[in-house]
Amino acid sequence: MMSCDFNSLTIHDLLEQLRSGETSSVEVVQGLIEAIGARDDDLKAYVSLDAEGALAQAQEADRKRAAGEDGLLLGVPIAIKDVLNVSGQPCTCGSQILQGYVAPYDATAIAKLRKAGAVFVGRTNMDEFAMGGTTENSSIQVTRNPHDLDYVPGGSSGGSAAAVGGGIAVAALGTDTGGSIRQPAAFCGCVGLKPTYGRISRYGLTAFASSLDQIGPMTHSVRDAAILLEAMAGVDPMDSSSVDQPVPDYTAALTGDLTGMTLGLPKEYFVEGVDAEVAASVRAAVERCRDLGAEILEVSLPHTEYAIATYYVIATAEASANLARFDGVRYGRRAEAGTDPIDMYGRTRAQGFGPEVKRRIILGTYVLSSGYHDAYYLTGQKVRTLIRRDFEQAFARCDAILTPVTPTAAYKIGEKVDDPLQMYLGDIFTATVNLAGNCAVAVPCGKTATGLPIGLQVIGPDFGEAQVLRVAHAYEQSGATS
Amino acid sequence: MVDEEKKGLAGIDTAYVAHLARMHVSDEEIARFQPQLEQVVAYVAKLQELDVSDIEPTSHAQPLTNVLREDGVREGLTNAQAMANAPASVEGQFIVPKIVE
Repeated sequence: MMSCDFNSLTIHDLLEQLRSGETSSVEVVQGLIEAIGARDDDLKAYVSLDAEGALAQAQEADRKRAAGEDGLLLGVPIAIKDVLNVSGQPCTCGSQILQGYVAPYDATAIAKLRKAGAVFVGRTNMDEFAMGGTTENSSIQVTRNPHDLDYVPGGSSGGSAAAVGGGIAVAALGTDTGGSIRQPAAFCGCVGLKPTYGRISRYGLTAFASSLDQIGPMTHSVRDAAILLEAMAGVDPMDSSSVDQPVPDYTAALTGDLTGMTLGLPKEYFVEGVDAEVAASVRAAVERCRDLGAEILEVSLPHTEYAIATYYVIATAEASANLARFDGVRYGRRAEAGTDPIDMYGRTRAQGFGPEVKRRIILGTYVLSSGYHDAYYLTGQKVRTLIRRDFEQAFARCDAILTPVTPTAAYKIGEKVDDPLQMYLGDIFTATVNLAGNCAVAVPCGKTATGLPIGLQVIGPDFGEAQVLRVAHAYEQSGATS
Repeated sequence: MVDEEKKGLAGIDTAYVAHLARMHVSDEEIARFQPQLEQVVAYVAKLQELDVSDIEPTSHAQPLTNVLREDGVREGLTNAQAMANAPASVEGQFIVPKIVE
């Protein structure tokens, strides 16, 4: 048995080892399952493993490779957030209401990874239905930050972030509705990409807020994020919101320098409320980007202060509609002894959903209800237009925007769990991007004095993934980021 | 039922809205959620500060219209696959509590 160091093993390096015959997919998957066994009792990143299925997939990958075949991800194990359907595997979305559910089909993103040769080892923990920023809202278990077990890993893709950051995954998929890839990536010290809305098909992703949700990679390196994006991107007839744009060679964009690029600093993102250590790390990263050849200028995103209010109106409204499907009729849990269907729905949903999901369903139902729809939901959609215009105007002047991912590094488990508004305000630098629909990547940019990771966010325009990956990669390669 | 006029824009009645969402909530949950939701509703009322009377709403960030695919027969889930996750079924059909007496 070889012993891999999964703390830093990248997809890129693993593929080289597989291609040279230095290792096999079976060896790597066995090593990974051992590493998970050794570490995940503490981290609780995975909610389910499919060791048998993964080993069979790995054997198949090794057989193909021996027969002279290759693939973008042939034999590479990828951890999957428990919100994406993988045929034959559970998909709980962190909720009691989906206990026992077995996915009858592959999400399109999964089908594409499968075709590229990826191996699906296990499913990672998350806030219930992706609602939360700490993974404490999972009904299954509390995931811990690999850099300090007393701290949250972030969320909602906290299991994926803890698995990658904690060295028990080579790479993982997350989903991002208001920051759920980028924030946990920042908290756990890994790379996380939220692609442009429509870049990756959402078919087979259990919907939270359909106009905001995107699937994306969480990885040990920017190059790995580019590899996974390329494998998953593209239009899909099963998702009418996926966009028919060519998929470039994202790794070719990773030049290592920033000559000729103009990077914007939004003045509204460097304000009071941002932790001093976070601000200092991000400022230092900005200076590094200047040294790498970028021109830095100040830009303005004037409607930033309205982003959280807009986000929590639109996201909860869409969630209240999307989660209406969980009624105990077609799948998942059903409460016993309902006297009529309405009573059965009410009991099923009362028993199946946790407190944060209930709060958001109630809030979303409220903002859509008669008499409040125009004041909240319609107004929110109009402010969304203003937020999108802010970005359009900023990107007329620069190629990408640099910001902190979050106002603070990770906080302690339990610290904010019963203060929803305080928790929501932590999404300020990430949710704007979901509202506008463009793309952004989180990349580690140092640590606090107590050793907690800090993240730099590189925001790009619509379908500007190549340029945000170029910036993040050049910064990452310039050294000493953590 | 709530007097919506009296409550004004900041008013949210947890029990009533939960009923609209077909979700039972306990007295303990109402006591816990009501102040939390009031706080969030008061915060999102911030949106009223902006004059958006001339602004078009954005429902999706990507302006796509009339996305159509060929209207052909495709394979879908079989009845057995579709029923496999059902909490109660008989002869390939979902069972629900009695609707009509």
